[in-house]
Amino acid sequence: MAEKNFRLQCTVNGHPIDKMVDPTARLLDTLREELHLTGCKEGCGQGECGACTIFMDGKPVDSCLVMTIQAQGHRLVTIEGMAFEGRLDTIQQMFVEEASVQCGFCIPGMVVAARALLEEKEDPTLEEVRYALGGNICRCTGYHKIFRAVLRAAKIERQLRLEGKPSQLKDLPGVHPAPSADRL
Amino acid sequence: MQSYYVLGSSQFAMIENPISPLPETVCETECACPPLEVVGHGLYRPDAPEKLTGQAKYIADLQIPNILQAYVLRSPHASARIEKISTAKAQAMPGVAAIMTAEDLPAANYVPLVRNDLPLLAASEVKFIGQPVALVAAESYEEARAAAEAIEVQYEVLKPSLTIEEGIAKDWILWHYQQFTGDAESVFNNPEPGMHIYEATYTTSHQEHAYLETNGCIVTPEDRGGFKVLGSMQCPFYVQKAVATALGVDYQKVRVVQTVTGGGFGGKEDAPSTPASLAAVLCWRTRRPVRLIYGREEDMISMTKRHPSKTVFKSAVDKDGYIKAVDIHYYVDGGAYITLSSIVLWRGLLHASGPYRIPNVRTLADAVGSNTAPNGAFRGFGQPQVAFAADAHWDHVAQQMGIDPLEFRRKNMLKVGDKTSSGQLLAESVGFEEVVAKVKAEIDYDRLLTLPRTPGRFRRGVGLSVSHYGVGLGANGGPHNFAAANVVVAVDGSVSVAVGTAEIGQGMTTVMLQIAAETLQCPFERLYLADTDTSQVPDSGPTVASRTTLASGNAVRDACQIIRQRMDNYLKERKDLPWREAVSACHVGGVQMAAQGYYRPGYKLDFDDQTGHGATYEIYTWCANAADVTVDTWTGKVKINKFVSGQDIGRAINPALVEGQIQGGALQGIGYALMEEYILKEGRILNDSLSTYIIPTSMDVPEIVPVIVEHNYSWGPYGAKGFGETPLVPAAPAIINAIANATGLRLKHLPATPERVWAAWQQEHSQDSGV
Ligand code: FES
Ligand code: FES
Repeated sequence: MAEKNFRLQCTVNGHPIDKMVDPTARLLDTLREELHLTGCKEGCGQGECGACTIFMDGKPVDSCLVMTIQAQGHRLVTIEGMAFEGRLDTIQQMFVEEASVQCGFCIPGMVVAARALLEEKEDPTLEEVRYALGGNICRCTGYHKIFRAVLRAAKIERQLRLEGKPSQLKDLPGVHPAPSADRL
Repeated sequence: MQSYYVLGSSQFAMIENPISPLPETVCETECACPPLEVVGHGLYRPDAPEKLTGQAKYIADLQIPNILQAYVLRSPHASARIEKISTAKAQAMPGVAAIMTAEDLPAANYVPLVRNDLPLLAASEVKFIGQPVALVAAESYEEARAAAEAIEVQYEVLKPSLTIEEGIAKDWILWHYQQFTGDAESVFNNPEPGMHIYEATYTTSHQEHAYLETNGCIVTPEDRGGFKVLGSMQCPFYVQKAVATALGVDYQKVRVVQTVTGGGFGGKEDAPSTPASLAAVLCWRTRRPVRLIYGREEDMISMTKRHPSKTVFKSAVDKDGYIKAVDIHYYVDGGAYITLSSIVLWRGLLHASGPYRIPNVRTLADAVGSNTAPNGAFRGFGQPQVAFAADAHWDHVAQQMGIDPLEFRRKNMLKVGDKTSSGQLLAESVGFEEVVAKVKAEIDYDRLLTLPRTPGRFRRGVGLSVSHYGVGLGANGGPHNFAAANVVVAVDGSVSVAVGTAEIGQGMTTVMLQIAAETLQCPFERLYLADTDTSQVPDSGPTVASRTTLASGNAVRDACQIIRQRMDNYLKERKDLPWREAVSACHVGGVQMAAQGYYRPGYKLDFDDQTGHGATYEIYTWCANAADVTVDTWTGKVKINKFVSGQDIGRAINPALVEGQIQGGALQGIGYALMEEYILKEGRILNDSLSTYIIPTSMDVPEIVPVIVEHNYSWGPYGAKGFGETPLVPAAPAIINAIANATGLRLKHLPATPERVWAAWQQEHSQDSGV
């Protein structure tokens, strides 16, 4: 068995990590087993399903395709970092309201992929939403309720910005990640 | 100190369940049901926040100290005799805690199903690739796998039987059913003048459930010699029985706890019994916790799938367009063991002639063996295959006879007062006409049907298909037809609702709690669904056959009614007290604030094996699907412009969740129709990953419009029937019929991949000078 002979230093959900780990393990396994962040899921282990999607320096990646050593010095955010003090992120809240969740296994990856889209595009079209979620398989929902949730979240965040109100996450204190490109 | 941020399991402050004003059309029928306060509203799922924040614990998320990792050595051959298994080398490998073969099992070597014919571990022969042969438990997964690979098995390889045709030739018949109504033979032998007779054969491939979470479980030793099984599953009481059988102990010594389950669709009905029993025997041997979680490839190769099928369909229609007789032979490929194939076949038999009035029916149904993994339950359960055959057939017949295919269906479809092919009288809740009318309007059928058919590369067309679905297990269900529920009201007014069926994503939690809130007249937020733990919940039967809302929902309603009645009797004129005060007063007054509710089918069910007659299902859900497609005749690619799926479900307890079920089910049906297919070579699945077995993604999904029709069922909870499977059933024939309407091609095999559509087009037009 591979040894935990590598000192991993990075940030996860805004917190500094300094831990001896196996550098060749998949980042997915290191997050789940060493850091106990089991929100990211393994659906295939081969980069096919997107259930393991996390943010690395603000970009969504399949953590099953990343070697732990590649995370050295990078900023990671997992689904556990997206809600704060019992408040859901706008996207998460819209998934609740639009009944977008069924079994839930794809959902952490979906939410991360959707967040990544809204960070890039304030006002995505349905086609852009479809495209952005193209690497995230859901076997339960038929996707439409997910699309609706993402489009509604975009609209709400746009509205908040227009009204000059910071979006519900951006003004929260602390080291948790906010949905702005510089923090994700 | 842990240096990362983990969300506490606090309440999610922002989730408030609004009870929206009643939509105007809550009840479509002319019954006098009063508007309801909780039932009929799209309340938010209480389980959503945990799933959305990564806190929900699926089986692979549990971390248990001192746990062993299990690995299963599987057969590389489709058919072989086991001559010798040598484990000596493997035993000496690092980290190994136990190695087991069939000889080492503590008790029965089978999974308890219809005929108990599936062995846990192959003893003297293997009958499919992927069949478990030996088990290893080791300190790490890598060590377990390395040791398993060091086990030496000598096989004498035999010639496998791999198709339905080969199975028939060898007379490898696992099961047979039949149905005879009227005298079909004489109709075909002496046809009336002008009668239209047509015969065709339809075939379908495997379909994979592709639940996003693979099968897996953990078994831990408990005090007093007991065992606890944690896992992803649909039917905890099936698993309890299987593990108790494998260990030779009383059921009550096995405690099964369902973890949050990442999709089932039938694939976690009987199938989890195998990994649970395998992990349990390793736990029994080592007295340590054992974890067995299948990798995707392992899951795809060894677990159940939808049965491939072949249907020979012959029909006689009189000159006025009324169906006079059918003669159907339905074959399914059951795989190497019977497992659940007999029950799958039974549902196929009873739905084979479709939702039509047919005076003369002869249906033969056979489950044929093959050296492939046993096929099992999958949303629709033997019905989608034969529904494709039947409704593609009728569409073609109508066209041949020059009748509008929809008009043809209208003429023949079942209504209240009609009898099904099994002779069962339909006494109520047949909202078929309304479903068809609404679906037709939504897809804009009339306009699309009469669109000028322009020559050229892209051809557009519309297709429709209808089906019925017998809710629940029906006359074949035996002890699984019943359900119990326990409801307990605590002193503070919070309520525990315990049922033995499982939340697998379909929304059972929400639906049960809505029914309970409505009946108790208590706030939805005060209700909690008990963990699905066999030591906490009563057996409510399996979570299958679209039965949960009807069966468990009725049991919950019954229990709540008992409690509410007691409260009202005690409170008398104080009945209208706010919930909390009412509960408190009742507790002080010694009112018994807990009850068990019970459900049994609303009609007496029976079935005769010889004739295939009887009152087979208590109630039916009625469904129509329609597709508007454009076919690219150069590539064979079929694009669905719009898909409409409508069902009469009795009552939508939670319309938002109903829509989600319809869209998800329809999309699985679209995948089945156009893209999902296993490629087998000598019994080996070649596409054993999600990148080679293609299911629809967000880029593939067309617009899917759900249509809900509510013709209440008098015995259903608030009129509800059950429908989780129905949207899938007529999806494929609707699409195939649309392709026919667009191109004239009558495809007789599923899936209609671009290759097949293109090849059919080429064959049809090989004389043309291009398109
Ligand atoms: S588990 Fe990483 S993409 Fe499927
Ligand atoms: S909700 Fe089950 S896979 Fe998406």
